[in-house]
Amino acid sequence: MSVKTLKIDGKEIAIEEGATLLQAAKEAGIRIPTLCHLDGITDIGACRLCLVEIAGINRLLPACVTEVSEGMDVQTNTPKLKEYRKMIIEMLFAEGNHVCAVCVANGNCELQDLAIEMGMDHSRFPYRFPERDVDVSHDEFGIDHNRCVLCTRCVRVCDEIEGAHVWDVGFRGAAAKVITGLNQPWGTVDACTSCGKCVEACPTGAIFRKGATVGEMDRDRSKLDFIVTARELKQWTR
Amino acid sequence: MDITELQEIAEKERANQKEIRVHCCTSTGCRAANSMGVKKNLEAAVKDHGMSDRVQVVGVGCMGFCGNGPLVEIDSKEKLYEQVTPNDAESIINSLNGGGIPTAPEGDLKHPFFARQVRIVRETSGKIDPERIEEYIAAGGYQSLYKVIHDFTPQQVVEEITKSGLRGRGGAGYPTGLKWATVAKMPPGQKFVVCNGDEGDPGAFMDRSVLESDPHRVLEGMAIAAYAVGASEGFIYVRAEYPLAIERLEIAIKQAKKLGILGSQIFESNFDFKVNIRIGAGAFVCGEETALIASIEGGRGNPRPRPPYPAQHGIWGNPTLINNVESFANIAAIIREGAEWYASIGTEKSKGTKIFALTGKVKNNGLIEVPMGITLREIVEEMGGGIPGGQVKAVQTGGPSGGCIPASLLDTSVDYESLAKVGSMMGSGGMVVMDQDTSMVEVSRFYMEFCRGETCGKCIPCRAGTVQMYQALTKIINGEATEADLVKLEELCEMVKFTSLCGLGQSAPNPVLSTLRYFREEYLALLKQGVLNGKVAVHG
Repeated sequence: MSVKTLKIDGKEIAIEEGATLLQAAKEAGIRIPTLCHLDGITDIGACRLCLVEIAGINRLLPACVTEVSEGMDVQTNTPKLKEYRKMIIEMLFAEGNHVCAVCVANGNCELQDLAIEMGMDHSRFPYRFPERDVDVSHDEFGIDHNRCVLCTRCVRVCDEIEGAHVWDVGFRGAAAKVITGLNQPWGTVDACTSCGKCVEACPTGAIFRKGATVGEMDRDRSKLDFIVTARELKQWTR
Repeated sequence: MDITELQEIAEKERANQKEIRVHCCTSTGCRAANSMGVKKNLEAAVKDHGMSDRVQVVGVGCMGFCGNGPLVEIDSKEKLYEQVTPNDAESIINSLNGGGIPTAPEGDLKHPFFARQVRIVRETSGKIDPERIEEYIAAGGYQSLYKVIHDFTPQQVVEEITKSGLRGRGGAGYPTGLKWATVAKMPPGQKFVVCNGDEGDPGAFMDRSVLESDPHRVLEGMAIAAYAVGASEGFIYVRAEYPLAIERLEIAIKQAKKLGILGSQIFESNFDFKVNIRIGAGAFVCGEETALIASIEGGRGNPRPRPPYPAQHGIWGNPTLINNVESFANIAAIIREGAEWYASIGTEKSKGTKIFALTGKVKNNGLIEVPMGITLREIVEEMGGGIPGGQVKAVQTGGPSGGCIPASLLDTSVDYESLAKVGSMMGSGGMVVMDQDTSMVEVSRFYMEFCRGETCGKCIPCRAGTVQMYQALTKIINGEATEADLVKLEELCEMVKFTSLCGLGQSAPNPVLSTLRYFREEYLALLKQGVLNGKVAVHG
């Protein structure tokens, strides 16, 4: 396997042929923001956060799907790129209903992290306040479409790793949303193995484990009763 | 089948043709105005007058002057009748006997609308019955395919197309020969040829007309392409909104297969080419080549980043050649007449002809095929007859990806470079003429509304950006916007243009950018109006 040398933000890097710019930057310790990228699944170049400038190419290219080539001169953090990235994040906030204060992912959210990283303190675009559904028909998990950024990580992780292909994208444009099965309640999809990979893949609080959301705590008082009386009743399992 | 058999079919067909051919348009436009009723009455009238021995009523494809349909043409007498109703049929047939004057208005075939056209792609449109392969063969059809299979190496075909200077008619203008050469150079194995008939620009219907009027011309072009690049299978992707085009393609494929012109061992050579039809499900974005491939594969029609280009990695990962309907329809003529002939038409960098769907406020609406290098003024004022009682304000080309060209630039030459220079694009061939009463801000909002509804939703700039741009334009139109909103709109346009994944998003801001460039005062007037109406507060 041959090695390619290139420059990212002025830093000389040598990396094996076939690697992506994102991998090269990571190896060099250069951070390129991403949202739809997730290690282990196919990259689709959809979120456009990882766009970089390459000398001699008159358009911006997504680092996640662009392979390194010899002598590339890449800029990852120009003022223009920073501005575009900030606008993308602002548009995401204006597009859905992202209310961090009552979100399960508050403090553990990639969208929130990106907003902080971009230095975004508000969205300059008017909030759209779309009416979106919440589906909690699944026994263990739920999806709140208000928090979905359509990165389609759930779609890919379910298809490529679990092999169940429960998730897909339905509809177009502003109406586009991730769907389960043939756009049916998640709980009714036989193909779902309840593996929970989509929950782990989701960058925001859109897909969550039930019982973790605000106001959802459910006390199991019978457990106390069991602990106290189990020996007496010779009841070893519950 | 060999060449003598092909010529026999042609001669037999020519011998069977009657002295007077009455052409009645049976394409979608005229059909909607009841041309099928006209045709039925024409046929009945011929029978009633006992003229069946010398008069033949032929259902033909589009004649081009769609704004004045249904159209009936008496071929040998060079007479055209417009807005024909079934009641006029009797008088038209009667006039052939020298009995009176037809009641339908007679069109002027010498008018620049017809006279200025150079018909290569539409050579036989409106002249032959698209549902009969014999008529296409009688008009010289499939001889080019025969010629390349027997006299040309694949390499020579590619060279010929490269020399002709043909560029992609889908709008972007990529050199067709170069595309063919790339696919041809890929290692041998499974390759595909795809015809993109997912025409979706508002107001554009060139490809529909070509498919409906002359499906065999497209099939012949595809077969020649397949021979040149080493493909044995092809797809025609047609949108479901074009049922007649699909029906006629199906008939055409069946007829060609029966004669051994498509399928296995074409013209008794070892070249095979099988054509399948794929029907679009209504998404505009499927006209984008990678989305189209995804759709053919049975997936959701989402574009993917390029590279890799379809030429290397297309349908199911195989090298795939994708050309537009009109591009393919040029091929047979190029092979027949030679690359030099084709290259002699047009400008230095844009060769041949282009079909436009001339619509809007212009007097003569319809399809025109004009040589590259003609000016917009010649098209709009001479051929289109200008705007009755009004003035041309702007001409929109390129649909939602194009821009508005102001009246002051009407002398712009119609070629890929000149149109791009004035902030528009050739596009697939939509041309909408607007008059002084048209609000350019409304126009840009119309196209933005279209893009907002048609973005696939995959990449964020296009999905969320078109919504935000649409909202900003609405705010401006409602007189509720400030100058800050206009600045924000311009920032958004720039960002969506440079960051979107596919051509749809990258070009979605074009109508806004071009109207801002030439009609900025209209935006500013609306901002001012907002202040005057008290809807917007004035600061400082």
